[in-house]
Amino acid sequence: MIEVVGIQKSFGDVAAVRDISFSISKGEVVGLLGPNGAGKTTTMRILTGYLTADTGRAVIAGENVATHSLAARRKIGYLPESAPLYTDMEVTAFLSYVGRLRGIPSDQIHAAIGKVVASCGLRSVVGRDISELSKGYKQRVGLAQALIHEPEVLILDEPTSGLDPNQIIEIRKLITDLGRERTVILSTHILQEVEAMCGRALIMRQGRIVGQGTLSELAALRTGKAHYTALIRAAEKSIREEIDQCHGLALHGIRAVDGNEWQHVELTGAANGNDGEKIFQWVVANGWQLRELRAEAASLEDTFRELTQ
Amino acid sequence: MTRIIASKEFRTYFYSPVAYIWMLTFVVLVNWFFFRMFFITRQADMRPLFSLMPWFLLFLIPAATMGKWAEERKLGTMELLLTLPVTSRDAVMGKFWGCVGLVATALLLTLPLPLTVSTLGQMDWGPVMGGYLGLLLLSSAYLAIGLFVSSVTQNQIIAFVLGILGCFALYVTSESLVTAVLPSFLAPIAEYVGASYHFDSIGRGVVDSRDLIYFVSVTGFFLWCNWRVIETRR
Repeated sequence: MIEVVGIQKSFGDVAAVRDISFSISKGEVVGLLGPNGAGKTTTMRILTGYLTADTGRAVIAGENVATHSLAARRKIGYLPESAPLYTDMEVTAFLSYVGRLRGIPSDQIHAAIGKVVASCGLRSVVGRDISELSKGYKQRVGLAQALIHEPEVLILDEPTSGLDPNQIIEIRKLITDLGRERTVILSTHILQEVEAMCGRALIMRQGRIVGQGTLSELAALRTGKAHYTALIRAAEKSIREEIDQCHGLALHGIRAVDGNEWQHVELTGAANGNDGEKIFQWVVANGWQLRELRAEAASLEDTFRELTQ
Repeated sequence: MTRIIASKEFRTYFYSPVAYIWMLTFVVLVNWFFFRMFFITRQADMRPLFSLMPWFLLFLIPAATMGKWAEERKLGTMELLLTLPVTSRDAVMGKFWGCVGLVATALLLTLPLPLTVSTLGQMDWGPVMGGYLGLLLLSSAYLAIGLFVSSVTQNQIIAFVLGILGCFALYVTSESLVTAVLPSFLAPIAEYVGASYHFDSIGRGVVDSRDLIYFVSVTGFFLWCNWRVIETRR
């Protein structure tokens, strides 16, 4: 559905996007992750035809965005960063304007507006000027204009920025629902966002894609250590002495809990190993008691940090 | 597409008090200057008024166009507009026709003047119609200049001042004060290039195709420049 091959874009001496390639198939929700200035917005602007790439090729739903820009743009619904809107227009007048320009015939425009007003939760603001709306509602109007023509591809640049937690949950739900029938690419620098909505993520750094894959694939990419926490009934001293028996694991921290009887022990092991069993055996072999043993799930956050720093 | 954009651009003026203030200013100025002269000359003649109008349009038109692109840039809505399936040409022409709509409405609001005057004396309708046509054509050229300068900046004040300068330069190039000081081989060129010569010519009530071609070309040229700016922005 989206095919990007070797896209590059520079502004003067600054290379914003350097030779990125990826492809997204129909029905996927893909997150574009990266720190500020990684090239996410530039990539989206190239996909939507707002900017032209210096080299490379981007094809959306079979249309090359550079050579068949209009045809490609017809298939896209785009929410630009910080949702720019014509603030002096009334909500439905604005949606009607964008809808008409997106090719909805005038006899179908009312039905289309009704649909997005319902799905984006805009009923209570119909009749008001966009300038009077709160940030959350503006963001929803931005999303509504991107959806109004039921595009095959949705490109959303930071769709939840500036929203409060309740609004974020609503928007995420909306995007997840949309992702069942459409291809969605969204950018964010919030990792939970990707975990909540996306099946796959692309991690960008300094204009390059430094990691891509499903969430578990990405988590497995990390090279750092795996973390375990255990609650062991033993003296601190003996744990320190016996740690060498537990091969491949290192003591990371230890602190007494519950009046010195129990020790909260933090261990680190090889990145992709599963040392839980080994820890259990080690505790049993020493005749201690174990109340809790937890492996910190390899998280996207770790991968993100490693790849982008 | 052009029609949809034009109607939105035209209506946008009325969402805020801009259109009302703009048209009120226009109508008040026109009436004031007309009646001031009317009571002095005591003739049912609109020509003295028409010869003054290019000077207030010089200020009023850049005021109407200054925000058209500069505001889109500043608010970021340019990104929205240019990623919709509309061509840059549609966007430029849409804005242009929207502005023409505003000026045409304002000109319509001045029609009671000639109608009133014609009841008071013998009115020669040729120059009146020519005058209105000339004003519409001159306004189009001014609008194209105003839109073009608005597209090169995101600062509305700069767009306003550059617009005035551009319109002024276009208008006075053919004024006798300018042509008199130019070398003799340049004078006829300047006379042709300047707008005042063609405006006066149409205002006499004789519509010459050369004058029409002149205004259409100047308007087209600046709209083309505007289109270039938007295209290279991509």
